[in-house]
Amino acid sequence: MENLEYKIIVGLEIHVQLLTKSKMFCSCAISFGERANSRVCPVCVGMPGSLPVMNKKAVELSALAGMALNCKIAKFTKWDRKSYYYPDLPKNYQISQYDLPLAAAGFIEIPLENGQTKTIRITRAHLEEDAGKNLHTTGNFSQVDLNRAGTPLLEIVTEPDLSSAAEVRSLAVELQRIVRYLGVSEADMQKGHMRFEPNVNLHITKDGKEYKTPIAEIKNLNSFRAIERSVDYEVQRQLDEFSRTGITMETGNKTTRGWDDDAGKTVLQREKEEANDYRYFPDPDLVPVEFTDSWLAEIRAGLCEMPIKRQLRFVNEYDLSDYDAGVLTAERTTADFFEEAVKSGGQSKRVCNLLTQVGLKMANEANCSAAELGITAENLAKLAKMADGGQISATAAKTIMEKMTQTADEPKVIAEQLNLIQKNDTAELEVIVEKILAENAKAVEDVKSGGKKSKAAKGFLLGQVMQKTKGRANPKVVAEILERKL
Amino acid sequence: MPRFFFWMAEVMSKKIDAELVKKVAKLSRLELTETEVAEFANQLSAILDYVEKMEQLDTTDVQPLAHCLPISNCLRDDCAKPSLGTEKILENAPDTDGDFFKVPKILD
Ligand SMILES: [Zn+2]
Repeated sequence: MENLEYKIIVGLEIHVQLLTKSKMFCSCAISFGERANSRVCPVCVGMPGSLPVMNKKAVELSALAGMALNCKIAKFTKWDRKSYYYPDLPKNYQISQYDLPLAAAGFIEIPLENGQTKTIRITRAHLEEDAGKNLHTTGNFSQVDLNRAGTPLLEIVTEPDLSSAAEVRSLAVELQRIVRYLGVSEADMQKGHMRFEPNVNLHITKDGKEYKTPIAEIKNLNSFRAIERSVDYEVQRQLDEFSRTGITMETGNKTTRGWDDDAGKTVLQREKEEANDYRYFPDPDLVPVEFTDSWLAEIRAGLCEMPIKRQLRFVNEYDLSDYDAGVLTAERTTADFFEEAVKSGGQSKRVCNLLTQVGLKMANEANCSAAELGITAENLAKLAKMADGGQISATAAKTIMEKMTQTADEPKVIAEQLNLIQKNDTAELEVIVEKILAENAKAVEDVKSGGKKSKAAKGFLLGQVMQKTKGRANPKVVAEILERKL
Repeated sequence: MPRFFFWMAEVMSKKIDAELVKKVAKLSRLELTETEVAEFANQLSAILDYVEKMEQLDTTDVQPLAHCLPISNCLRDDCAKPSLGTEKILENAPDTDGDFFKVPKILD
């Protein structure tokens, strides 16, 4: 294949399920995994005579997300019907927002692999209702479950500012962090709370001329891995296709493609006829939404420091690595917990290590956040201080932290109970060291003779002392005494 | 409330002929006979001609109307209430399969 120079152009459409108790326009509970068609009412199936009523929380969460994405929030926004026929859409139209979206003209900052950030423009964000689910059977029919129909979704559309699969992934991860920080969405990818649709094409330079490949829209991606792999695949596929056929945006059509995760490739989807004739018109059943300044101010109060800013601050303020700062700021509660423990007097790096090496592992196993392990920030700070002061070893600190999830006792009490307080008493340790030296004349000789054997012999003697004290001697203190005696 | 029809502007700019009636019928999943197509083309044209009279009005300072009622923000609190339940909701379904609505096979 010829070696072509090219640029990757990607824009994203993202659907985020909002964290509400009830659906967008009716009081049916939001569901996941319930009995099929058990959370459905006349409104969400669009029975004649039923009337939709807006969920205030959904409107507010959308505006909050819009603010976090630096969008202008429309003072006046309305509802439109998007007409199409599909069994999972019981009303034969979806309630959405067409020409007056709730939020528009914003941007999101995403971290790049080189440590820099990139600004991706947000075209718009609007509120709409989700469809139900079609299930395919082996028979000659399909099943429809309408539990999901009417669930509030925020659709976010970006400008085509992304230029690699890694950037697309980065945006997805960053957006997940943001909506979780704000409590806008649980953003659980496995539950389909976030669905991504990248629009991909290439600008290819050949013989001094630029060619644009036809745009392919990849539908319904719901894992970070699938997002990255599908865009990578699509780039290669479009390169190959261009080399083979020379088809461009002008000569070819925009296509819709699905992602086959097992095969690792995108697959052309059947084109729906008249696909884009949605005949939007204002929904006569729903009145517009008008935001007053005071209402907007109330919503704006729900904003917080954005994760990417917080990560950067953690690096500077707490002297953490970018990686550790990223781990700690992945969830807002974990980041809050960390900062509280530091404010309570824990040394930042020590608290960070305890949280990332012990806390998050336990949280993962218990399927909760690190802040929900039952450990108070004060006690975590105390534990960190004990480890820093040499009262306990780093290993003991981990054991104590594990125990702290089961009891409200202070770390010092647990350490005493488990006999994990290190011996720092020099006089006491000196006696033990003397004894060990007397018992191991050969090793003492090796140390004194210097050379290769010396280091190993020193280690051996230290080991002997640790064994004698059942690991409770402070190795630093023992090493000092050894150094002096030899 | 004549402005309610502002969204029809696009349709109004076209003549309603048999072809347009067929297209709209197809989008609406309606099966029409040729006689009906001709009949509806005439009727729809007449309606649009009538509505077109509004073009004579000066609407320079008139904002497009999003809703015919002069109210906004009809909101409810986010509280979940019991739904109808699977049995009840499936009662009117033309066909069911277990807890599901049964429909002709869909190809995605
Ligand atoms: Zn409902």
